[in-house]
Amino acid sequence: MPTYLGMPPFPKAARDAVADRRLRANLAHATGTIRDRRLAAVAELDDWAALREAGRRIKDHTLEHLDHYLRLLEERVTEAGGVVHWARDADEANRIVVDLVKATGQTEVVKVKSMATQEIGLNEALAADGVTAHETDLAELIVQLGDDRPSHILVPAIHRNRAEIRDLFRRRMPGAPPDLSDEPAELAEAARRHLRAKFLSARVAVSGVNFAVAETGTLVVLESEGNGRMCLTLPETLISVMGIEKVLPAWRDLEVFLQLLPRSSTAERMNPYTSTWTGVTPGDGPGDFHLVLLDNGRTATLADEVGRQALRCIRCSACLNVCPVYARAGGHAYGSPYPGPIGAILSPQIRGIGSPVDASLPYASSLCGACFEACPVAIDLPEVLVHLRARAVENGPRHPLVDTAMAAAGWTLRSPGRLALAQRVASSSRRLVGRRGRIRRLPGPLRAWTDTRDAPVPPPESFRAWWRRTDGGRRP
Amino acid sequence: MSGAREDILGRVERILGTRPTSAAEAYAAIERPYRRRHHDDGILELFAERVADYRATVRRVTEAGLPDAVADALTGSRHGVPPGLPAAWLAATPPSRLVHDPAVADLDGLDGVVTGCAVAIAETGTIVLDHGPAQGVRALGLVPDRHLVVVAAGQVAADVPEALERLDPARPLTFVSGPSATSDIELNRVEGVHGPRVLHVLLVVDG
Ligand code: SF4
Repeated sequence: MPTYLGMPPFPKAARDAVADRRLRANLAHATGTIRDRRLAAVAELDDWAALREAGRRIKDHTLEHLDHYLRLLEERVTEAGGVVHWARDADEANRIVVDLVKATGQTEVVKVKSMATQEIGLNEALAADGVTAHETDLAELIVQLGDDRPSHILVPAIHRNRAEIRDLFRRRMPGAPPDLSDEPAELAEAARRHLRAKFLSARVAVSGVNFAVAETGTLVVLESEGNGRMCLTLPETLISVMGIEKVLPAWRDLEVFLQLLPRSSTAERMNPYTSTWTGVTPGDGPGDFHLVLLDNGRTATLADEVGRQALRCIRCSACLNVCPVYARAGGHAYGSPYPGPIGAILSPQIRGIGSPVDASLPYASSLCGACFEACPVAIDLPEVLVHLRARAVENGPRHPLVDTAMAAAGWTLRSPGRLALAQRVASSSRRLVGRRGRIRRLPGPLRAWTDTRDAPVPPPESFRAWWRRTDGGRRP
Repeated sequence: MSGAREDILGRVERILGTRPTSAAEAYAAIERPYRRRHHDDGILELFAERVADYRATVRRVTEAGLPDAVADALTGSRHGVPPGLPAAWLAATPPSRLVHDPAVADLDGLDGVVTGCAVAIAETGTIVLDHGPAQGVRALGLVPDRHLVVVAAGQVAADVPEALERLDPARPLTFVSGPSATSDIELNRVEGVHGPRVLHVLLVVDG
C-alpha cells in the first residue's frame, strides 16, 4: 500500500488536525452520534457477547486454514462461471484490473465503495491508462469531487459539513443546479441525478467485497444507497477486488456476520441493501465476472502471530468512533485509507514499518482500550499496538513523537482508570522490548517521550504528580 | 498470473505449517453460543414494527383483500410486473397501469414495481428477494422509485439464522431493509439516493 504522497508522520499530521477547529467539531459530532446509536443497537441483542465470540472464532479458524479456504473459494467461483485472479501486490492487482477493463474497450467504470481498491490506488492506475473511475457512493463522490482523501471507513466525508459539500457540488459536479441549497435531501438528489445516467450507461463496474463464502463461491456486499446494487447488476462486466482475509468458510457463517456488521457499523439492525451473487446468472446481471484475490502484505501480517488478529477486521469502523485520538486527530493523520485504531495496526503491518508515518502509527493511541471493547470480532488493538511499538523501535526509523505522544498522554492521565490500563498494557511492552536488551521505558504513550530525551525516567507511580506539577510537560 | 497464485498459497502454507486437524474437523468444533432466534411469538407484529422503523409503509391484509390493497398502493400510471407474479394479486388493478416483464432499458421510465419475495426476517425488518418468477431480475426492484412487495405470513422467519437456512446461495439474493438511504451528509438520514425512495410492504395474513 503506497503511503500518501508527502504524508508527514502521525504526530505532525495530528497536530495540524487538532488545530483545525471546524474539522474537530465535525468529527466530534459525527463520532459521538454513531457511538451512542451503536450502543443502543448492540444492547438490543442479549447474545451480543456470544455473537462476537463466534465471530472471533470463525475468523481465527479461517486464518488458520486460509490456504484451504482460498483454494475452495477459487474452485467454487470458477464452477459458477467466474474467473479468479491472484495478485501479490498493488501493482499486480492494478495491472489485472486495468487489463480487464481495457479488454472491454471501455474508458469509464463505475465503482462501489471499496477499501481494497483505495489501498492499491486503483483509480490512479486506471487514470494512468486512460480509464475514468466514477465513485458512486455519495461520500466517496464528495471525496472524489474535492480531490480529497477519505477520512473514515464508513463515512469517508465525515470531515465535511453540508455547506462545504454544497460549495463543492456547485463548483465540481456537472449539471448541479446553481442555486443548490445545503439541505442534505437536496444534495443527495443532485448526486442521484448526476449518477443515474452513469449507472444506466456503464458497461463495467468495479467493487470490493465484504465477505466471500468458500463453500458456495458466494460474494457479499453490504451497502445503504443502492449504488452498490446498481454497479453489481446493471453493467456487463463486474470486477471485484478482495483482500484474501475476507473469505469465510460456509454460508451459515453469514448468520454471525450479518448480525455483527450492521449494528457495529451504522448502528442499524440491518443495512438497507445486501447483495449476494455466485458466479454469473444467465439473464440477470453481468455476464462476465472476475474476482481478484489480493495479498499486498496480508501474508506478511499472517506471519506475525500477535499482529495476525488484525486480519479478523470486518471494516465496521466502530473502533474509530470510540477512539479519543481519532476524534481529535481526524482520519487523514493516519496517512492511509485505514484510519483510526485499525489503521494504526493494519497499515504498519501490510506496508511494513519502513517509513516515518508507519513507524509513528503504533503511537497513535492512548491505549485506553475502548477500541477493543467496541470491536465486533474482539481484536485486541492495544495488544497489537504495543507489540508493534516494540517492532518499530527495533526496525523503524527514528521519529519525533514527543508532541502527539504527550497530547495522548494528557488524555490518558486525566483518568486514573485509563492510566492503570495503560500501565497494565505497558508492562507487557516492557517485557517485549526488554527481551532484546533495550532500556526500560515509560508506560504506554509516554514511552515515546523517553525515546527522544536523555532525561532520567521518573517511576510510573510519581508520574501523575509530575504531570500535574508541569502541566503535562509544558512547564519545566 | 499462476506465479502469483503459487506464491501466495505457498507463503500461507509455509506460515501455517502442518495443522493438527483438518479444516473440516476444526470447523465443526467451532462453538457457537449465540441464539438461533431472539423471539418466539409475535413474529408478524415484530416484522411489521421493524419494517416501519425504517420509514417504510406496512399494511396487513387478508388474502381476499390483497388485490384491492395492491391497486390502492400503486400511485402513478406505469408499474413494472415480473412475468411470474400471481395474476390474482393484480385482479383489481387496471391492466393499462401495468407493464409486464419490462426490459431493463425501460425501467427508468416506470413509476414503480410490484414483486413478491423469498423470505423475510422479523428481528431486522428485512425482506429477501431471490429473483424467482414472482420477483423478476435484480434491476426490476432497483431502478424505479417505488417498490411494492407482497410478503406472505409464512415467509417471515424470526431471525437471521433461520432466514439464511431457507435461502439458496446459488441464486442471486437481495436483502432489503427499508428504502435506499444515506447518512453521508452530517449523518442526516436521507431516503432514496440511488435505489427506490419508497418501500411499501403488504403483509398477507389470513384469519
Ligand atoms: S478493528 Fe474491529 S472495530 Fe475496528 S473496523 Fe475492524 S472490526 Fe471494526
